[in-house]
Amino acid sequence: MHFSPVPLHIPDGFLSIMVSIICWVITIITLGIAISKTNKALGEKQVPLMGVMAAFIFAAQMINFPVAGGTSGHLLGGALAAIVLGPWAGMLVMTAVVAVQGLLFQDGGLLVMGANILNMGLVTAAIGYGLYRSAAGRSKVVKLSVAGVAAWLSVMAGALFTALQLWLSGTSQLGIVIPAMLGIHALIGLGEAFITVAALSFILQVRPDLLGEGSESAKGGRGWILAGGLIALAVVLISPLASGDPDGLERVAINMGFIDAGLDASYQVIPDYTLPFLGETALSTIVAGVIGIFVVGAVVVLIGRGMRAKA
Amino acid sequence: MHFDAFDRYHEKSSFLHGLDPRVKVLVTVIYIVSNTLLPDAAWYSFVSAWIFLIAANLLSQLGIEYTFKRSIIALPFALVAITVLFSIPGKPISTFQFLMWDLTITDAGLLRFVSILIRSWLSVQMAILLVAVTRFPDLIHALEHLRVPAILTTIIAFLYRYLFVLTDEVLRLIRARESRSAAVAGQRSGGGVAWRAKIAGNMAGQLFLRSYERSERIYNAMLSRGYSGHLYTLNPHEMKQRDYFVTAFAIAAISIVQLIGRL
Repeated sequence: MHFSPVPLHIPDGFLSIMVSIICWVITIITLGIAISKTNKALGEKQVPLMGVMAAFIFAAQMINFPVAGGTSGHLLGGALAAIVLGPWAGMLVMTAVVAVQGLLFQDGGLLVMGANILNMGLVTAAIGYGLYRSAAGRSKVVKLSVAGVAAWLSVMAGALFTALQLWLSGTSQLGIVIPAMLGIHALIGLGEAFITVAALSFILQVRPDLLGEGSESAKGGRGWILAGGLIALAVVLISPLASGDPDGLERVAINMGFIDAGLDASYQVIPDYTLPFLGETALSTIVAGVIGIFVVGAVVVLIGRGMRAKA
Repeated sequence: MHFDAFDRYHEKSSFLHGLDPRVKVLVTVIYIVSNTLLPDAAWYSFVSAWIFLIAANLLSQLGIEYTFKRSIIALPFALVAITVLFSIPGKPISTFQFLMWDLTITDAGLLRFVSILIRSWLSVQMAILLVAVTRFPDLIHALEHLRVPAILTTIIAFLYRYLFVLTDEVLRLIRARESRSAAVAGQRSGGGVAWRAKIAGNMAGQLFLRSYERSERIYNAMLSRGYSGHLYTLNPHEMKQRDYFVTAFAIAAISIVQLIGRL
């Protein structure tokens, strides 16, 4: 039995400790919200459903189709899961998938699992659902095309986040890793988009009730549109910027202390371990982490407002 | 397909198999964190971390080559680190031309590249060892003890339980596709890439519906057997004296590895 490896699963050792921890913090906060939301919205009935759906995503990743030259396209599933199950449940399902891939198959590390969940589970679900939600109430053709774009962008966003984390960890050079990662995933994303659209159109034909007005997928707040739109914008803006003028982005990161945060942490904070977490670099790291948390917090608050406004 | 088709667990009765799963998870995570913290080119630390790994391998009755063989799986990812060879300033070692770039490998870059690979290689092996000596349900149970929210561990438990069932389902779908894709020798069957993608998408949609309907049946079956939102286990998972001793010893050993790297 083989699983097609996805070049987004970062193994242990490739991310610095600070980048790993910051990603874990973002992931844990988001998952905490996801858990409380799903606990409120769904009963215990949904737990077996989400478990089997996680197994479905896992199994669906095995369906592949030959593209050319021995390569094959297949599904990652983040966008599809979020669209059919709703965003929060989709995130939990994808988290379980990434966790089992890391734990059972060593497809992705343990310390870096926070980053892997963020890249493949949370970002893909947010952007996939956010964009799809913006097409609510439109015709089937519009919905499906938006879903296709969302699926493609979700893979690109995951690749972008992975590339940025590798760069902040001092593992890769920005000017190379972003074009390389995004270039490969622009193709992988096409497979994702095709399969997602075909699967959705099949479900719409056979069980339209699962995607209809009363379904989980229709209940997400308008805040998701904003979140998805923001990530999509980031992908669209940062990628060409970083590929065309990597120095520009690098300078911004240096000015904001992000480079210190990611890179130096692994070999400067801890070597001076007489005063860990008090050194200048550590402070900048923490500041960077706090900024990250605030950004996430802001997005979450916006989402919450959107939900309340709708309710 | 048998239920444990995906398991990496090896039925043995070694010292490591007998440890509490919490201890194994904890020590593995600490070991990986320690590897990540080691500075570049801390060769003595890398060697002592490797000795720690070998000792664990020997205690597992699996032999030292078991994790080594399986660790190859993480190798392709090394590609993403290749750029550090050229990007870190240092003394040039060799220069060559690749397509349109002049690339210079620096000594600092080489050290960092090799260090990243070693860190990753050691960590991946420890994770491989963890699942080889711990049953997956025990692992999930340990995560629950370590405060991972119950809803996540339950989803993971379901994923593990139904993974092989749905894999069977996928294999049936793929077999059905194969059996309807006859081709004249020398000619390709079916349509273009878009058509093939559409078929794959239909299969994914079909698999989704089968999974969805199966989950409803499963839930009804569980309700009829008294499910109330909790999964129970017969394994009590009690920490014994030996478990505490091993944890303390492992932490001490890993601290020494760290110390060696800083001196």
